[in-house]
Amino acid sequence: MEKRVTFRGWGLPLLLVFPQILISGVFFFYPAAQAIWQSLFIPDPFGLSAQFVGLGNFEFLFSDRFYRSSFITTAVFSTLVTLVSMVPALFLAVLADRLIKGAGTYRTMLIWPYAVAPAVAGVLWLFMFNTRVGVVSWYLAQLAYDWNHVLNDGEAMGLVVVASAWGRISYNFLFFFAALQSVPKSVIEAAAIDGARFWKRFFTIVLPLLSPTTFFLLVVNIVYSFFETFGVIHTITAGGPQQATTILVYKVFSDGFVGQDLGSSAAQSVVLLVVVGALTVIQFKYVEKRVHY
Amino acid sequence: MADLSLEDVKKRFGNTEVIHGVSTDIKDGEFIVIVGPSGCGKSTLLRMVAGLESVSDGEIRIGGVRVNEKEPMDRDIAMVFQNYALYPHMSVRQNMAYGLKIAKKPQAEIDKRVADAARLLQLEEYLDRKPKQLSGGQRQRVAMGRAIVREPSVFLFDEPLSNLDAKLRVQMRLEIKELQSRLGITSLYVTHDQVEAMTMADRMIVMNGGVAEQIGTPLEVYETPQTLFAAQFIGSPAMNILNAELKGGKAKLENGASLTCKSKLEIEAKIGLRPEHLTLNPKGKIELMPLLAEPLGANTLIHGKLKNSSIPLTASVPGVYELEEKSDAIGFSIDPNNLHFFDAESGHRIS
Repeated sequence: MEKRVTFRGWGLPLLLVFPQILISGVFFFYPAAQAIWQSLFIPDPFGLSAQFVGLGNFEFLFSDRFYRSSFITTAVFSTLVTLVSMVPALFLAVLADRLIKGAGTYRTMLIWPYAVAPAVAGVLWLFMFNTRVGVVSWYLAQLAYDWNHVLNDGEAMGLVVVASAWGRISYNFLFFFAALQSVPKSVIEAAAIDGARFWKRFFTIVLPLLSPTTFFLLVVNIVYSFFETFGVIHTITAGGPQQATTILVYKVFSDGFVGQDLGSSAAQSVVLLVVVGALTVIQFKYVEKRVHY
Repeated sequence: MADLSLEDVKKRFGNTEVIHGVSTDIKDGEFIVIVGPSGCGKSTLLRMVAGLESVSDGEIRIGGVRVNEKEPMDRDIAMVFQNYALYPHMSVRQNMAYGLKIAKKPQAEIDKRVADAARLLQLEEYLDRKPKQLSGGQRQRVAMGRAIVREPSVFLFDEPLSNLDAKLRVQMRLEIKELQSRLGITSLYVTHDQVEAMTMADRMIVMNGGVAEQIGTPLEVYETPQTLFAAQFIGSPAMNILNAELKGGKAKLENGASLTCKSKLEIEAKIGLRPEHLTLNPKGKIELMPLLAEPLGANTLIHGKLKNSSIPLTASVPGVYELEEKSDAIGFSIDPNNLHFFDAESGHRIS
């Protein structure tokens, strides 16, 4: 039975939700409203006055080829981050689920990377792949491969994807592992008796039963790759080379705080808000239909 | 279709032996029920036959072929699980067809077999539903259907009725038994319910503490229980067990009463009296101090103690029997043929 708590009057319930409302108000609604407001103006270079331009900022944005290519970069980046963070996580969870001894140790160790802040993770990966002193790039050089993510688009993208996805693997692993543990053992046994071998069972029985978890992680990881990867990109590539890793959220930052074009930056945040909102709606509307709860 | 034989089958988890060597030969088409209290190893034994647990020692043969090392799928068995273990994301049709699809049977054959099984189990109108849209009894039938379509050599049932309500359980019990005898497939059925065991089994294996206490037809076990455990586990209410001293054709009970018996032995023994074999007789030697009467309609159970002792005793008398307010001892007698004798130490039957 669901427990329902009823309050007499409005005082106490309002008091209880007040901290959350305050936080959402200060850190979400107020800045969002500010962004929408600012997106309609172009401030002067000294920030002393602003000129109302209506949707001018947006018009300018969509005619900017750098902005359009940032969309594609973001799509590529978030698809890769989601895949690279979910597929290995699922694989590791399946392996850990099969363990009889030491599952707890593996689980604990697999969770550690999640405790590393994105910016720190970015720096760690940057050191390993540093073109001059990086360990990995040195080994690659021994193999006659000239690693240079400072100049090479593909390598830069690969590096930020891996650095962003790395910590997320832990997070996704936890969820997949818990979901795997809750698949009834007898269902797996029934499938084994029905003649399905391990991978057949995995794809026909286990994976469909994991679909609620997979769907949840899909949404969460896409949102993550859109926003929270800022730190990684900022530390590793700063959006380069030649904007090859400038995803939408990074462009908001670099145009606004580096380029000092606050009007355009605000307009970009509004676009980003709409894009993520739309993505989430689409996911819940279409993908969820194929999920078996 | 095949016979199934177990030869000194043992199971160890680490150093703990949980099944201490069970041997039996099950003929083709026989319905065998393994019955015992929880933790007696009956499910483990079944899972070893299924291939879901390894065999620590001994040999399991299906159709004369050793299967110890074979994967479940290669043993030509089908299993019905206690919680049905249906695939929740598949329709009833897909659930039943799953095994056949994996075996890469032609689609026409799959359709035919599923349709046949659905007709047999009256599931035709539910074929496109998901398991969660079915009632407990229907899910049970789907689990049966999934086993049937594979046309296995051996059916394994792991307490398949324990999640159903009492009325449905009686109905499904009959259906399973009827279906099994119609299909003639060798079956191994695990239950803790002695009524299920009595009504369904061709032969039953009474298990306790990892040991097969007795293997025999239900009536054999009821009429000539080989051990104290089998005597008390089979039959409801349970058999009364009293200490007695056998001497000169008499059995002297602890409270001094002596019963006529046919045994010529002169030893200390335990005697067993089934509550339903006690007949009301004011002059009877067995005197019961009643504490409680349970009217069941057709008969009444009288629970109490043997007079002048603290030994519990239960009698079953036909019809309605009302205890008087300040009731005195009720006299019972028993046909000497219905007395069971067991060795006081080993608990084995003395004939």
